[in-house]
Amino acid sequence: MTDTVMNPSMAAAASRSSSWSRGFAHFRYVMTSNPVTFLAFVMLAAMIAVAVFGPSLVPHDPLATAADKALKPPTWQHWFGTDQLGRDVFSRVVVATRLDLLISVSAVALSFVCGALMGACAGYWGGWFDKLSGRLLDTIMAFPLFVLAMGIVAAAGNTIQNIVIATAIINLPFYARVARAEVSIRRNAGYVQAARLSGNSELRILIMKILPNTLPPMMVQLSLNMGWAILNAAGLSFIGLGVRPPTAEWGIMVAEGANYIVSGEWWLALFPGAALMLAVFTFNLLGDGLRDLVDPQRRT
Amino acid sequence: MSTPLHNPPLLAVRDLCVEFATRKGPVTAVRSVNLQVAKGETLGIVGESGSGKSVTSYAVMRILDRAGRIVSGGIEFGGMQLHDAPEDMMSDLRGREISMIFQNPRAALNPIRTVGKQIEDVLIRHAQATHDQAKAKAIEALEKVRIRDAARRYHAYPFELSGGMCQRVVIAIALACKPQLLIADEPTTGLDVTTQKAVMELVRELTRSEGMSTLLITHDLGLAGEYCDRIVVMEKGEVVEQQDTAKLFTFPAHPYTRRLIRSTPHAAATIRDLLPDDLRLPLPSAMTVSSEPLLEVSNLVKEFDPPGGLLQRLKKRTPYRAVAGISFSVARGESVGLVGESGCGKSTTSAMVMRLLDATAGSIRFKGQELTAVSAAAFARSPLRRELQMVFQDPHESLNPRATAAQSIADPLIRLEGMSNGAEIRARVEALATQVGLQHELLDRLPHQLSGGQKARVGIARAISTKPELLILDEPTAALDVSVQAVVLNLLADLKAEFGMSYLFVSHDLEVVRLLCDRVIVMRAGCIVEEGQAARVLSAPQADYTRELLAAIPRPAHLPGHAAPVVEAVRA
Repeated sequence: MTDTVMNPSMAAAASRSSSWSRGFAHFRYVMTSNPVTFLAFVMLAAMIAVAVFGPSLVPHDPLATAADKALKPPTWQHWFGTDQLGRDVFSRVVVATRLDLLISVSAVALSFVCGALMGACAGYWGGWFDKLSGRLLDTIMAFPLFVLAMGIVAAAGNTIQNIVIATAIINLPFYARVARAEVSIRRNAGYVQAARLSGNSELRILIMKILPNTLPPMMVQLSLNMGWAILNAAGLSFIGLGVRPPTAEWGIMVAEGANYIVSGEWWLALFPGAALMLAVFTFNLLGDGLRDLVDPQRRT
Repeated sequence: MSTPLHNPPLLAVRDLCVEFATRKGPVTAVRSVNLQVAKGETLGIVGESGSGKSVTSYAVMRILDRAGRIVSGGIEFGGMQLHDAPEDMMSDLRGREISMIFQNPRAALNPIRTVGKQIEDVLIRHAQATHDQAKAKAIEALEKVRIRDAARRYHAYPFELSGGMCQRVVIAIALACKPQLLIADEPTTGLDVTTQKAVMELVRELTRSEGMSTLLITHDLGLAGEYCDRIVVMEKGEVVEQQDTAKLFTFPAHPYTRRLIRSTPHAAATIRDLLPDDLRLPLPSAMTVSSEPLLEVSNLVKEFDPPGGLLQRLKKRTPYRAVAGISFSVARGESVGLVGESGCGKSTTSAMVMRLLDATAGSIRFKGQELTAVSAAAFARSPLRRELQMVFQDPHESLNPRATAAQSIADPLIRLEGMSNGAEIRARVEALATQVGLQHELLDRLPHQLSGGQKARVGIARAISTKPELLILDEPTAALDVSVQAVVLNLLADLKAEFGMSYLFVSHDLEVVRLLCDRVIVMRAGCIVEEGQAARVLSAPQADYTRELLAAIPRPAHLPGHAAPVVEAVRA
């Protein structure tokens, strides 16, 4: 009796460990075959580490003001200098990573899940849902996207949650369209017919058989959108919507620092701007590597 | 036969080696290939996929893709050295002196340019015509390939023409400048047999009347045997045999050639004759076909709405009838062939029987139960689902690219048999793999890591996993090499005897149907034109259309079956 209970779980564990090791071997292959991908993943890992551990490691309190140390250029004590209220710019840039990543990751995750499901249903069943969702997406696309995000945040209230939702909404059409196209070319593929013969329900076929096969192009879209989402969140803060001072956030810091560039205090805007650029750059580089990782054809 | 020694050959390939740069280092695709084409001669290059036959012809045209390169050897054409000729000289030669016909005619034509303009382009490019007379010359070229109403077709776009018509246009383009050498790379693969016959005879006639040489590249030994003077057999990048056609079929010297000739289905062979000697087991005793019908189809109709928007629909155009009220039955233990050319409705019929498609009208009774009562969408939950299974045409496309072989085979076991114990499922999958002759270590591979034959076995294992009573085989060997086809056909015959299944075998290949089926149904334009015992229909056809189909199969006079006694005498 115990045997029959043990066996499946053991077999499952065995197959899981082998699939883990194969997955790792594939990860290593993708990393070594393309140095740019490797660089992008290293930068991503560094960024995540900074987001997780940064706030507990920074040398100064990012919110502590000191009128006597205002607007000091970079020194050994304050690597990135200090701002108009004497706050340490380095600490603020590091601490802001967590908030900016959080906003962009949750916004992209939200639009990825909603967009993929919406597009997949439209592509698989077509009909009235396809027509309705297609027109809805066209309506969203008809607005200048940043202005739409501004409108949503301004109307719904100036909170982080609303920034996330606004960013998710303006990114929705991209995912939905990619998913719709990818699903509709696969909905009568041989393996989908075979899955029907094997007794899979339509919903199961869509979720378990077709959607995973649409991942490679979706991944490229995802990493490109991560860059846009960070820029979008920072942009909203820059114009005064979204995150409010004194919270450390790259967009606000660039906005506040911009006033001082003319008077020669360049470090206020430069360092948060560089962090922003680096983050966008990382996500844009990541695209090809992510696609290769989720594409089974790349495995040998 | 002309002796090429006295006349210098038109094309001479000497010790040609071609390498491809891949992820795992350079791979030699063609290894010291020697061949010659005399003036006015038709040379066939025959081989299975991966034999290097197409690469050889691409090397002659110097159109290898970027990863490929000619490592050593020489190509001489009419006294010119082609292997290191500069690109501008090659682009001048291509189309004027050497032309090529490709496998997929629709892909070879520019979809947004009328066919007449595309012929003019070639004529003007090679200064065969001025802009003023180009149109007249293009129409003349279309007339030459026997396109009816050529002046009107001049303005047609490729999508408005059928596959056979497109191939005629491609031939017209290839022959427009009266080249000395025509390279035809699988020119009729994907075309129906009757179209194949028309296209090949056209090529033969035109090249003969112009005194052109032809290089015919094909996987079909029968086709090469009928249309070539001499045949080169290639295997794994090497030429294994080079012979006059008659000699090749009567005295095949190389074991690979013998195996290839043997695997090609022909009139006198039984299914076991296709296999090499060491794999030949006695045929399972023929199953008794019971008189009780397993499947009864009556007055089955499928109509598709005509394409078009709301306006067209308001005008009430008559819907297109893909299947126009057909009736047939399949008895328990019987295998029935459903034969016809593309567009005849055979695939639509099989999809309706399989319950992947709803019928417009008519009834399908399986074991006395009416199948059309349950809609196709809801049939996945029907208890009859496990009794009706199918093997798909393309073994690669029918496997989920993200699922291992074991996962694909296990899917129906989990969904239809309700198995949930991992170890039990694995044991069943391994037992099925053994039955279809698939090594167990291949079970954890993804589809792109398996060969065509292995993928076909996975597809068959999946289809028989629930022990269905009726198995529909939709051209299960159309995408396979002949030697793999021989093995798969024998596997299907063995499995049928073992499980007592009934087969509905959908195919365009009459020779394959002859091997596997008891009864044959011939379809055309949605209707059944002839039905009867396989031996009777294929030897003494009643309908004109069946006769036409049979006559279109390339049958070299030398293939065993027509000259069987001679071959036997040679072997003995």
